Amino acid sequence: MSAATAPPPAAEGSTATTTTVSAYAKGWWTDVKAGDLGSLPIVVGLIVIAIVFQVQNDRFLTAGNFVNLIVQTAPYAVIAMGVTFALLLGEIDLSIGFVSGVGGVLTAILLTPDGNELATPIVLLIVCVSGLAIGTFHGLIITKIGVPSFVVTLAGLLAWNGVVLLLIGSKGTVILQNDFVIGVANDFLPDGTAWILMIVVAALYGLMQLASLRSRKAAGLATDPPLIVALRIVALALALAVVVALCNQERGVPYVALVVGVLFVFWTFILNRTRFGRHIYAVGGNAEAARRAGINVDNVRIACFAIVSFMAVLGGIILASRLRSVDTNTGGGQALLYPIAAAVIGGTSLFGGRGTMKAALLGALVMLGIDNGLGLLGLSSGTKFVLTGGVLLLAVTVDSISRRGREASGRA
Amino acid sequence: MTTETGGRQPAPPAGPILELRKVSKSFGAVQALFEVDFKVTNGEVTALVGDNGAGKSTLIKCIAGIHPIDSGEIVFDGSPVTIHGPKDAADLGIEVVYQDLALADNLDVVQNMYLGREELGSLRRLDETAMEKRASETLKGLSVTTIRSVRQTVAGLSGGQRQSVAVAKAVMWNSRVVILDEPTAALGVAQTKQVLDLVNRLGEQGLAVVLISHNLHDIFQVADNITVLRLGQNVKEFKRRDTNQQEVVEAITAGQLSTVPGQADEVVA
Repeated sequence: MSAATAPPPAAEGSTATTTTVSAYAKGWWTDVKAGDLGSLPIVVGLIVIAIVFQVQNDRFLTAGNFVNLIVQTAPYAVIAMGVTFALLLGEIDLSIGFVSGVGGVLTAILLTPDGNELATPIVLLIVCVSGLAIGTFHGLIITKIGVPSFVVTLAGLLAWNGVVLLLIGSKGTVILQNDFVIGVANDFLPDGTAWILMIVVAALYGLMQLASLRSRKAAGLATDPPLIVALRIVALALALAVVVALCNQERGVPYVALVVGVLFVFWTFILNRTRFGRHIYAVGGNAEAARRAGINVDNVRIACFAIVSFMAVLGGIILASRLRSVDTNTGGGQALLYPIAAAVIGGTSLFGGRGTMKAALLGALVMLGIDNGLGLLGLSSGTKFVLTGGVLLLAVTVDSISRRGREASGRA
Repeated sequence: MTTETGGRQPAPPAGPILELRKVSKSFGAVQALFEVDFKVTNGEVTALVGDNGAGKSTLIKCIAGIHPIDSGEIVFDGSPVTIHGPKDAADLGIEVVYQDLALADNLDVVQNMYLGREELGSLRRLDETAMEKRASETLKGLSVTTIRSVRQTVAGLSGGQRQSVAVAKAVMWNSRVVILDEPTAALGVAQTKQVLDLVNRLGEQGLAVVLISHNLHDIFQVADNITVLRLGQNVKEFKRRDTNQQEVVEAITAGQLSTVPGQADEVVA
């Protein structure tokens, strides 16, 4: 609570101030105690998963399994990043599974070499546009008619499942016969290219951090301690280097990791650095305030649902690429539940206004890490589902408890 | 758009910045406002008081462009204007801080102050540095010093701080008339003082301030003029210096109406 009377104008802020490292650490600890855990629970979770499964089966932490994990995580991470846009609005999209199925099936069918197939880029364009169209259609019904998103996308779940079945018809299975699309999840970057890319990404990140530091200093705003900024850059570079080194020990960095990385950077930029992104958070936090601020709330909502379906379709293409075929089950089960669970485990709120791409990515890694580890242990699907459900419940419990902390300290 | 806080446009020497002449508004059979006159002057705080259903909210919604007026005239800065929507009002420099403040709890102070009017830098990126700098300056210009960091989310602010942020957001856009709807209604003693100090400062900076409140104690602390509405009509205008709470209460509850209201018992608040 604020002081009773306005104290004399504070001197700080008038000159450039650099937070000291100890003050920075103290601030972080205050945040954590107040329930603002950030990525802490998920990082801890990942470490626990790694230790538990490694103890059970020493193949878990091998380079080969690491590459597998990346390829397995990729489609769900992409769909999870998409569905985060619905969750940010405080809405939900239950149709993502079968919309991804439509994407995968459409790709496989349109690329079947039957004499009059289309060129690969055109097919991919058609599939992406149909994803956007599906989402726009959902969004229009939700905003213009006012049907709750839960109902619209529940209807979508049924209808798009039907479309998948209709498209596949009596064939039962469609084999993907296009080297480019199969290569997305099954080909690997040459070792040298992966290293060069890794260095470029780390360097760009470092330059951006330094540029931000400099411009804030020039404007006389408080800046993070240079040591922390340096540590951040080094940590990212190290993490990327470990990934590349591990992958290169084996088959290499899969192309799909590149796809996920590009989507991650792109949507993070959109969310944090553009008006549109800011408006998404505002609509999720207080739609009425957003409307009064002149934001076209309906358009933001429609655009978000379009993004959800677009990303779902991309995830569907990657999933089809990994499995090299699509069948009547495509888009069912995990394709719906894993992405939503991933986003929530990562720390995205179901009540809107809070969530990031990073949460979706890390959450997907947790979900698929468990899936992968349980697979290595040779457990039945039943056991797998029970345990995965338990982890989801645990993650939401952590979120609820930390939310209570946030409410107690007025940060809900 | 200039966004400095301190120096407004030089105040015209005399005369009201905003004047309503014989403004009427009805909703169906209900006459919410009947030939109401109202004026506000630069550098002065004008309190708008009246019992529930007196037409205070309708009046400010007419000024803010949310309700079109049925008849009468709105004069801004000496020339008649028509206000068709909230954007027209904002373009004239009329900003309303509603009772619910319209802040997004999940956004920080800077993000809230710039909501819907974000500044863009190169490549259509948000210019966070410029926004943070100007937001801090605006708050400092209003002597709002209790906010620890402008990068704190609004959810973590106290009621008075939230009100301060909402007011700062309103005055940052070169506004000339700031309308505050019940700014102290939900606040404790210390918070109320904080907000009333802020209201005083707005007046000192040359802005025309309209204050709607039920709390006469607050009004007598900051208002220069007091306009009393009753059942959608003007009852009386007071200079604060020349009156006391007793007189104002009498005007609110039993003031002389120019016409006997017909169906005016159920006036929309």
